[in-house]
Amino acid sequence: MSSHTLSVLVENKPGILARVAALFSRRGFNIESLAVGTTEHPDISRMTIVVNVAELPLEQVTKQLNKLINVLKIVELEQPASVQRELVLVKVRADAETRSQVLETVTLFRAKVVDVAPDAVTIEATGNRDKLDAFIKVLEPFGIKELVQSGMVAIGRGARSITDRSLRAIDRSA
Amino acid sequence: MTTEQMTGAQALVRALENVGVDTVFGIPGGAILPAYDPLFDSDKLRHILVRHEQGAGHAAQGYAMVTGKVGVCMATSGPGATNLVTAISDAYMDSVPMVAITGQVATSLIGTDGFQEADIAGITMPITKHNFLVTKAEDIARTIAEAFHIAGTGRPGPVLVDIAKDAMQATVEFQWPVQLQLPGYRPVTRPHSKQVREAARLIVEAARPVLYVGGGVLKAGAAAELKVLAELTGAPVVTTLMAKGALPDSHPLHMGMPGMHGGVGAVGALQRSDLLIALGARFDDRVTGKLDGFAPHAKVVHADIDPAEISKNRHADVPIVGDAREVIADLIVAVQNEHEAGRKGDYEDWWRQLNAWRDTYPLGYDVPADGSLSPQYVIERIGEIAGPEAYYVAGVGQHQMWAAQFIKYERPGAFLNSGGAGTMGYSVPAAMGAKVGAPDTTVWAIDGDGCFQMTNQELATCAIEGIPVKVAVINNGNLGMVRQWQTLFYDGRYSNTNLHTAKRIPDFVKLAEAYGCVGLRCEKAEDVDEVIAKAMEINDAPVVIDFVVHKDAMVWPMVAAGTTNDDIKIARDMAPEWENGD
Repeated sequence: MSSHTLSVLVENKPGILARVAALFSRRGFNIESLAVGTTEHPDISRMTIVVNVAELPLEQVTKQLNKLINVLKIVELEQPASVQRELVLVKVRADAETRSQVLETVTLFRAKVVDVAPDAVTIEATGNRDKLDAFIKVLEPFGIKELVQSGMVAIGRGARSITDRSLRAIDRSA
Repeated sequence: MTTEQMTGAQALVRALENVGVDTVFGIPGGAILPAYDPLFDSDKLRHILVRHEQGAGHAAQGYAMVTGKVGVCMATSGPGATNLVTAISDAYMDSVPMVAITGQVATSLIGTDGFQEADIAGITMPITKHNFLVTKAEDIARTIAEAFHIAGTGRPGPVLVDIAKDAMQATVEFQWPVQLQLPGYRPVTRPHSKQVREAARLIVEAARPVLYVGGGVLKAGAAAELKVLAELTGAPVVTTLMAKGALPDSHPLHMGMPGMHGGVGAVGALQRSDLLIALGARFDDRVTGKLDGFAPHAKVVHADIDPAEISKNRHADVPIVGDAREVIADLIVAVQNEHEAGRKGDYEDWWRQLNAWRDTYPLGYDVPADGSLSPQYVIERIGEIAGPEAYYVAGVGQHQMWAAQFIKYERPGAFLNSGGAGTMGYSVPAAMGAKVGAPDTTVWAIDGDGCFQMTNQELATCAIEGIPVKVAVINNGNLGMVRQWQTLFYDGRYSNTNLHTAKRIPDFVKLAEAYGCVGLRCEKAEDVDEVIAKAMEINDAPVVIDFVVHKDAMVWPMVAAGTTNDDIKIARDMAPEWENGD
C-alpha cells in the first residue's frame, strides 16, 4: 500500500462530488485527502484525490472513476514529476515568554503569521506533507489550540497541461 | 431542425417518440402527472399501466432483452420512484439497457421533505450507469437523448431521469435534433489489434483452452461470430447463466454452464484449463467459486467492453477492451492468420478428457420415490414441448437453476433471468415485458411459488392489456433454494422457509382466475404433457399452471459457497472423480 495522487478533471456539474465520494465508499477505497476547485475553464473542475492503495486496486479506482459519465480525465501525479502542496492554518499558544520562539519557527519553515492575539498566534503554512508534519511537530510543545488543513492540490512540472485535451472535448460538445 | 413551443411534459413525450420509444411501462402519480397528459394523446407510445412500479421496471427489462432496444419505465416521485429501485438494481447488475423516468416534486420543494419527495437520483447513484435530475424545461429533450445514448451504448445499463414537476409544466422552445453534451463518455468498442494477435497466439499455443462466454456476447449480438470462432479453433465453450444460447446447447463444442450449479464438464474444463478466453464475462463469484482456487493453471485473455471488469477479480494476461462482436470478429481473422502460418492448436488430449467428464457426469435428476412430481421433469417437459423458439423467463432460486439446466437453449437470448442481482419476483413482470416485445412468440415464465407471490399482481396487467404469457409455478411450498441450503449447511433446520403453499394459501388456480387468467393445476407426472399442451393452445389469455412438486428436490451439481470449484459435488457428499477416464 502506498499513497497515490490522482488529478481528476470533471465537468463542473452539481452532484459530481457526491458521485466520486459514493464511488470510493461503495468500492471500499479510502480517500486520504480530497480537494476540489474550479480550473482555468469555468466548465471544468479539478479534484485532487490522494488514495492509499496498492497498485492493482489503484487501477480499479482509476477505471471505476473513468466510468463516471462526468469524469473527463484522470492523471496520476507522481511525486518527483509534480508539485504537491497542502495548506494548514494553526492556532498556537504564544504568550510573551514563548512568542519569539514561535516566531522563529515560523521563519524557519517560511510560514506566515496571519493573526495575533495576546496569548496566541495563527500561522499559515504551505508545503508538502512531510514539511507540514515536521512543522506541526515543532509547534506541538508550545500548545496547538486549533488546527485546520486543506486537502492536497498538485500539478505536474513542466510546460504540458493536462487540461488541454479535455477542454477541446468540452468545446466540441458545447 | 424542428422548433416548436410546448410544455416540458410535451417535450418529454416528443423526445421519447423521437428516440424511437414505442412502449412505456408505468404508473402515474402526482409529480409525474404532467407527463401523463400528453402521453394520453401520443399515438406512437403505448403506455402499459402496471400494478406495481417494480413490475414496470422488470417489464422494461424483459422488453429490452427480447427487442435489443432500450426499455422504458415511468413512475411518480417518492414511493413510485423507490419502488423502481429493485428493478433498476437488477438492470445494473445484468447490464440491461433501460431508462427510468420519474417525476420529482417541484423545484421549490426539493430538499424540504415535501410530500412524496425522495432523492431518487441520490438513492440510485450506485445502481445506475448514470442519472439526471432535470429542473429546467429546456434541458428535458437533450437529457432524454443523452439518457438513451448512455443506456444503449458501451456496456448497457439503466439510466434514471428525474424531472421536477415545474420543469414539465413550464413552456419551452422544443428543438430536435439535440446536441449531446457528454464530453466524458467515450466507450471503446474497437479492440486493440496487438492484443487480439497476442490472444490468437495464446489460443494456438494452448493445450487446454476454454472459451468462457458471458452475457456480453449476447448483448453484442455476437452469437454467429462466436460459433465461427469456436469451430475455427476447436476449443470447448462454456456459457454462463447470462449467456445461455450464445452457442446452441446441442453444439458438440458446448461443454455447458459453469458455476455454482454448473455441470461437471464445464466446471472441470475451467479448472483444468491452461487458457481461458473470457468474452463478455466478469468472473462473478458464482462462476469462480473461491477465487484463489479458480482455474489455477490458466492464463487469461479477458475481453470486455467495460475496462473496469478486466483484472477486477482475476488478473488478465491479455486484456482486450472492446465490443464482444468486434473482438470475436477480429479474433477469427487473427486465428486464421495463425493457422495459415502453420500454427494450429492441438486439443485432442484435452477433448478426450472433456468427453470423459461429459459422458461420465451428464446433468440429471432423481425422480421422487413417493410418486410426487419432479420439478426438473416439469421444467424439462416445458422446454421440450414449447421448443427452442420460445422465451423462457425464470425467477430466482431452484427453479431458475433447473430452467438453466434442463431446458435446451438453441438460440441466443431465449433465456431471461435475474443473474447478478438474484431478484425474486423478476419472472412474471419480465415475461410480460418480453411478450410485449415479442408478441408472436411464446413466452413462458418459469417461476417458484415464493417468487410468484412477490409480483403476481402483474397478471392483472397481462389479462387487461392482452399479454398472454404462460406461467409455470413450480410450487414446492417452500423457499426451495434457501431450504436446500438449510438441508445442506444448517442441519435441516428449516427456519422460515415453509410458505405452506401446499395448504393452497393462496390457491394459485383461483388466484389466476381472479386475475382474469386461465388457472390449471398439475400434480402427477402423467398429466404434465397434457397440461402444458393445454396451456400452449390458449393464446387469448394468460395461463397459470400450479405444478405441485416434490419439496425435497435439490439442485445438483453444486459448488458450496466459499469452496473452490474443485470441490464440486454431483450429489450430497458425492464428488466426481476427476482423473477417471483419462
